[in-house]
Order: sequence, then C-alpha cells, then structure tokens
Amino acid sequence: MTLLAAEGVTLAYGATAVVHDVSLAVDEGGVGLIGESGSGKTTLARALLGLMRPRSGVVRYGTGDLAGLGRAGRAEFRRAVQPVFQDGSEALDPRMTAGASITEALTTHHRMSGAERRDRVAALLADVGLDPALAARRPHEMSGGQRQRVAIARALAVEPRLLVLDEPTSALDVTVQARILDLLERLAAEHGLGYLLITHNLGVVGRLCRTSSVLFAGRVVESGPTGELLTRPAHPYTRALRDAVPRLGGEPPRAAGRTEAAAAATGCPFRLRCPLAVDRCREETPQAREVEGRKVACHRAEEVLTTPGSPAPRVPHGGETPDAPRQ
Amino acid sequence: MTAPALTTLRRTPLRRLAGVDRLAVAGAVLLGVVVLAALLAPWIAPYPEDGGSATHPLEALLPPSGAHWFGTDQVGRDVLSRVLFGARTSLLIAVAVLAVSGVAGVVLGVVAGYAGGWARDVIMRVTDVFLAFPALLLSLALAVVLQPSVTTVIVAIAVTWWPWYARLTASVAASVATRGFVDSARCLGVPAPLIVLRHVLPNSLTPVLVQLSLDGGGVILTAAALSYLGLGAHEPTSEWGLMVQQGQSLFTTDWWVVTFPGLAILVTAFSFNVLGEGLRARLSR
Repeated sequence: MTLLAAEGVTLAYGATAVVHDVSLAVDEGGVGLIGESGSGKTTLARALLGLMRPRSGVVRYGTGDLAGLGRAGRAEFRRAVQPVFQDGSEALDPRMTAGASITEALTTHHRMSGAERRDRVAALLADVGLDPALAARRPHEMSGGQRQRVAIARALAVEPRLLVLDEPTSALDVTVQARILDLLERLAAEHGLGYLLITHNLGVVGRLCRTSSVLFAGRVVESGPTGELLTRPAHPYTRALRDAVPRLGGEPPRAAGRTEAAAAATGCPFRLRCPLAVDRCREETPQAREVEGRKVACHRAEEVLTTPGSPAPRVPHGGETPDAPRQ
Repeated sequence: MTAPALTTLRRTPLRRLAGVDRLAVAGAVLLGVVVLAALLAPWIAPYPEDGGSATHPLEALLPPSGAHWFGTDQVGRDVLSRVLFGARTSLLIAVAVLAVSGVAGVVLGVVAGYAGGWARDVIMRVTDVFLAFPALLLSLALAVVLQPSVTTVIVAIAVTWWPWYARLTASVAASVATRGFVDSARCLGVPAPLIVLRHVLPNSLTPVLVQLSLDGGGVILTAAALSYLGLGAHEPTSEWGLMVQQGQSLFTTDWWVVTFPGLAILVTAFSFNVLGEGLRARLSR
C-alpha cells in the first residue's frame, strides 16, 4: 500500500520553482530517488516530510492530503514518517547528549517513566549497533558514523512506518558508509519499514531499492524497477549517470552528459547536455510515457535502449563503487 | 602523526592559558574585585557613606593621606568610602539594565528569528524605530521626562539597549532555525514553543552573552554620563558619574576628588570589556 506520495507536486522558493510537477510514491519496499546536486531531491524530501508546502499538487499521506490534516492526523503523520538527514552532526542538537536527543523523540508522543526511558534509550542504541554508554556523549564527542547511528536511533524511537533517508551516507567516510547502509537495510527488514532513499550514488540504490526515480532539474525523467534502470537505462541522463560511476580498473568516469550546462528553459530540460538531442527536443517537451516497463520522459527512449552506449556494467553493487564498498 | 604536530598538541593548553583564557580570567578577576567592593562596602569602607550625615568643614578637601587614602571631598566625606559605595550603584545599574534589556531583546529576537514572516517584520520594524535614535539622545530625553533617580537611569538606558539584543538574537536564531536539528524536532512533532525553548534559544545565546558582557562597561559609562548631566543619581547617593561632575571644577586644585571615581569607572568598564573579549575569543573557537 502506498503510504506517502507526491502527486503532481511543484515546489518553489520565492519565484523560483525547483521541483516541477513530480509524482512519486513511497510504499513498503525501498524506493530510490536519484539525482545530482541541485536537482531538487532534498527540496522534494522536505515536502514529503511536511517541512515545506507545495506550490501546487498534493503530498498525500495514507488517503488524505498532508496540508489538510487536523491535529490528530498530523501527530499520527509525525509518528509514522521520520527523516534521516545527510549529516548526523547537523541533525543532533550540539548541546544535547545522545540520550537526551533520543529521549526527546520518545517523550514527544508518549509519557514515560524515567526507568522506562533509560531502558528504551539503551535498547535503541543497541539496536543501531552502539554501546548504550554512548548515551552520555554529546555530538562533538562522537564520530560521524556514531552520530548518524544516533540520528537513526532517534528516528526509530517513535516506531515509524517509513523513513525518508536524505543522502544518509554522503557525509561519511567510505568505510563507514557501507556499514550504515547495512544497518539501514537490516532495520528496514526487521521493523518492516518503507523508505525513500535519496542519493546521487547509483550503487547505493541498486543495492537497497526495488524501484527508483531519476530526477533532473526538478523533473522525474525516468522511473521504474531499479535493476532495469541501471542495466538498460532508457533516458540519456540515466545512462550518463550510470556511466559516470567510477569503477576500479575501469575507464575513467565520464561526466554525466556532454557539459555541465544548466537545464534548458524550453523543450527537453536535458537537451543542452544530451548527446542525442535533435530539433524535436528543442521544440517539444517530452512527456513521461510507458516504455518497456518503466516511465521515461524522452523522445528517443527507444533508441537509447537499443543503441549500445558504453559497455553496460552489471548492476553496480556496493562493492564496485568507491562510495560504498562491501566489507 | 608527525613530531611537529605532536609538539603543537602538547603546547596548546599552555598557549591557551597564556593568551585567550588569561584575558577572560583577568577580566573576571578584576570585575570580581569590583563586585566584592560593592558587596562589602558597608564593612570595608573606612568611613560612613554620607560622612556621618553632617558636613565636616575642617576635613573638606584634604589630600590623600593615611587617614583618607583617596582624600576627602568638598563637604569632608571620605572619597575612598564613597567610591566603594558608588560601586554598588554602578553595578546595580549595569546588572539591572543588562538583565532587563537582555531578557526583552532575547525573547523578542528569538521569536522574530524562529517565526519569521509577519511576526519578524513587526518586531524588527519596532526595533528599527528605536535604533533610529542615537542611544544617548533617547536616554537623555527619557531621563529629562522622568524624575532624576537611579531607577530613571536604568529605565532610560534599558529602553535604548534592548533593540541591539533583539536584532542580534533574531539573526542568530534565524540561522539556528534552518539547522538540521530544528527540522528533526519539527519532524518529531515537537510543538513550536518547545522547539524554541529547547533548541533555538540555547543555541542562540552564546553571542548574546558575549555581547552582554562587552556592553557592561558601556552601561556604566552611559549611567555615569547621565548622572554627570544631573539626570540620574543625585545627592546623597554615591555614584561615580555624579562624583566626577562634582569634583570636576576642583581638578586643578584638588585633583583627587575627580580622579578616583573616574578611575573606578575606567577600571570597571575595562574589566567588562576584557571579560567580554576573552569570552568571545574562547567561545568562537
């Protein structure tokens, strides 16, 4: 069942729209959202978390519009959907100990006795693989990986049904990234959690998400089963992203697209960077359409699928990218 | 790690003690002396504050001596005793002004900074109106309207000082409000007033505390100026500004009457500043 969804959501800061008419559903399995910096991933995450109101469109929680929820409905939403942000040192109050941060989450919705609180904090810390003695530490007394684990424990404290993971490992050391991903994978399975995983790292989505959407300049350019997207991308941008993943022993990575040019204002937003751009791409904005089991917004999707681009790699599992090695 | 790095590490605490922290400590010690003098004035002052409720013509304007370390003033009162009692007035004014304007400024600032939108606009425009007047001029105007007294000085200065704290707090709180831990608290469903109290306020206070301690000296100087102009404390209250004003005309003949209260103002204002600078250096690391 779809728990949280964006339906035709447009998001703007002042007069500048950064996300255009995006639809995305997060269900019980893992869903990936892939895009480069500035593509609007984090802004979309803020809208899904109810931290920002859409200019138009609807963020739907269960069956209702998030913006129209009453007090009780909103409290329920807060318990059900929790974020894990990029950087644990940002997500934790520098003046609070790990224990106090987790306790805040525990007591926001429930009354609890002191002993019960201590037990729950210890259990949560153990659950994320930390020594319960760490409860007395402040964020600056912990490592980046420990901070991110505490942030995860805090999110789990309210027993959510869904996590919004906004680049949960990008601020961490390479070796720590893989362990945090393992942890998230295990916790999601154990607690039956759905999650939206936002990242620029294709290897990470390949490992953790059944379906994925690719965001370019605030628009979903391709979405479908992650394996399909990675092995046979139908959008030139998806293919460029895949080819840009650095691989040990492989050719040096190429930039995603011909240039770093900005999104085009008319026609296809990707056309300035697209190696396949033709006149039609300038004249007509491609609409998302069904092509071989995925939705793609490209006039030449069929050709992208059939033209051999660079040698297609296997599904980039964690081990193949320096960003997420397997132990 | 290489050898030079280790040396730096080992030397750091020493250097810290020698530099930054010693400054804060010096300010705190000096201020501590002034506070002690104020608290203990009735016991350590060699003579009563008012010279025993009478003038002593024979003892007027005696130069510093063993009996009167700082000499005596034009009505025969011991200057040292009056400087010690004057510390009470000056510190009372400083503490009261900083407390009133600090609390008002921080409360308004944190609300403006976190809430944003129209609440911020209203609060900041009011603040701007107050800041548009030169502070001393506004204090003077207020002091003229009200009866000259210590309370008047406190009110007149506090009214012109809180906008600085409101503005400072608002800008700090606005940046704290965008931090991840505030978003995280909002996602937990923590009510807005609690977010402000628990997260925004404690994380916005440091620069305000530094500013408060830096401003202590300014308050004392302003209070002395108001009293000097006859708009603040008046006889027989011991107040340094008032004493300076009264001793001014005697400077060429009886220098001690104006010099010692003047030095007291200098030392106290200086110690506030040194403490504030030390705190700033320490907390900004």
